Amino acid sequence: MLERALNGGKLYWTWIGFLLAVFGVGFLFYLQQWNVGLGITGMSRDVSWGFYISQFTFLVGIAASGVMVVLPFYLHDYKAFGRITILGEFLAIPAVIMCVTFIVVDLGQPYRAMNVIFHPSPSSILFYDTIVLNGYLLLNLLVGWTCLHAEKKSIAPPKWVKPFIILSIIWAPSIHTVTAFIYAGIPGKHFWLTAVMAARFLASAFASGPALLLILALIVRKFSKFDPGSEAIQTLGKIVTYCMILNVFLLGLELFTAFYSGIPGHMHAWEYLYAGIDGKGVLVPLMWLSAILAAVSISMLVFPQVRKNETLLAIACVCVFFSLWIDKGFGLVVGGFVPNSFEQVTEYWPTLAEFSIAMGVWALGFLILTVLYKVAVSIKEESGGEAIH
Amino acid sequence: MKIERREFLKLAGLSAIFGLGGTAIAASVQQTPSYIPDPKELTGKRWALVINMDKFKTDADVKRVIEVCHTKHNVPNIPNPKQEVKWIFTEMMENVFPEQQDKYLTEHYKHMPFLTLCNHCANPPCVRVCPTQATFKRKSDGIVMMDMHRCIGCRFCMAGCPYGARSLNWIDPRPYLDPKKINPEFPTRMKGVVEKCTLCYELIAVGKIPACAEASNGAIVFGDLEDPKSEVRKVLAETYTIRRKPELGTRPSVYYVIGGMKDAGKGA
Repeated sequence: MLERALNGGKLYWTWIGFLLAVFGVGFLFYLQQWNVGLGITGMSRDVSWGFYISQFTFLVGIAASGVMVVLPFYLHDYKAFGRITILGEFLAIPAVIMCVTFIVVDLGQPYRAMNVIFHPSPSSILFYDTIVLNGYLLLNLLVGWTCLHAEKKSIAPPKWVKPFIILSIIWAPSIHTVTAFIYAGIPGKHFWLTAVMAARFLASAFASGPALLLILALIVRKFSKFDPGSEAIQTLGKIVTYCMILNVFLLGLELFTAFYSGIPGHMHAWEYLYAGIDGKGVLVPLMWLSAILAAVSISMLVFPQVRKNETLLAIACVCVFFSLWIDKGFGLVVGGFVPNSFEQVTEYWPTLAEFSIAMGVWALGFLILTVLYKVAVSIKEESGGEAIH
Repeated sequence: MKIERREFLKLAGLSAIFGLGGTAIAASVQQTPSYIPDPKELTGKRWALVINMDKFKTDADVKRVIEVCHTKHNVPNIPNPKQEVKWIFTEMMENVFPEQQDKYLTEHYKHMPFLTLCNHCANPPCVRVCPTQATFKRKSDGIVMMDMHRCIGCRFCMAGCPYGARSLNWIDPRPYLDPKKINPEFPTRMKGVVEKCTLCYELIAVGKIPACAEASNGAIVFGDLEDPKSEVRKVLAETYTIRRKPELGTRPSVYYVIGGMKDAGKGA
């Protein structure tokens, strides 16, 4: 089926070429990082995780969010999502691949990565993260490919695939819960040490993931003969609305606990992120942009009339996506390290090399996404788009 | 290594079957001497340090302790503070004990540089989070060790340590070593691995106390926390001591004497 990805117009190949170029630039910078070490990044002794790990964290959410279309379709027989389940599954695959790549580019000694397998350490959350991420990747490859193959032949998917679908539905929240546990179980990092971390992760994932999926569905409709269907798009819009509100609610809970209790350690990271400490606050404008985008998106999404207008819905979803990308794909990780364990402020900002490597990984992800979507859409164009189950 | 040995044993077994003197080889393998500890090795169940900053007469005394440790362990001198590697270093008291911050705290302590290093916690979060057991707690004496050949440089331990005791080699550290001072007895490191104080396990193994304690003129006391007759226990019984962030449940093995100077009241 993959050969279908080789059939494209000028626009398609320009897009592929663009992604390859971004990937190439990132790869060259990665060679530099390979030679010099992580010293070419903006990370430091105090802020020892940065842009790579934040992107990883954000993308685990995108990967997990595939379940938001798979679950209603398979468990509740919600037919409108039948047309887009494959888009959800095929979004999860590049998302997980990006996650794993971000972990690898973040390693100081990447060629020792297999030590995680050779010396398994069940006390470490990374041990479980390795299992759940790779498992989720395999599940989505298996389910997505098998179902698409069946659709190509206009037959129902084989029965044996159903247990794997159910498993992938249970598996999806686990990948983001485990990722939240990386942060939520560390003593001494008050910003991360919160019981609602996993809940917040899931809420933001189920807002940002479907928001991206909705945008992708609109793009697919614009550039192909396959229509994901306006009912599916409207339902995705509702999911984004509820989960975004839930996410902001959970953020509010954090703020209440930190500031009403008045415990300095619990307030410091928030103060640093939104106001700056001792005149240091390089992230402040970005964090406020995230807050404004969140407010704008919610005040648009809550009105059904606004959601019904697909252009406005798309704009709101772009706001949701970038608001959460800043919040989780930047602030959440950096905020945990500032102030440091000595209550001193060391700031972090990614370097050009670091940013380029990260963009290279994103380009790799979008390249895989494009190829998978191209295959899926070309089959959908022939079959009329209805998945059978 | 293990696989090679296994392969060798297989070969030895095979040659024995074929009567090629394999039994002799197998016997010699069995006789390979196991590690015999130095008879002078210090033994203890849980090594600890008690630091009395009042006993450091001058800043130079403090600097000397750092210098001795860093030279002995080939710790590079990297000028960029963001990429520094340090095993033992000073921070102001109000930074080492941020929960004690108080503007009315006696000036004597407020801006006093306190030595800080790995706390060799009895319940170390760094060990818990490490995905490869590259950092581990030695069962025999509680030292939190570092296997720099296994470390993948994921830095989970740096996030996990509540004491800022760990450093990654962000760049190749070797150009930042003074070639005249390199200690050939201790390995140098490569880029991309995390390192920290390992309580001079290499000195303890030959009957010496950690270098910082040795160079401190009695300001740092070293001993076995589980031995009631040890010197650290004597100090703990007689003076008021505190540990860094004990509320986190890490159970640090580094103690600080507060108000330990006999005439502190008069002096301050």
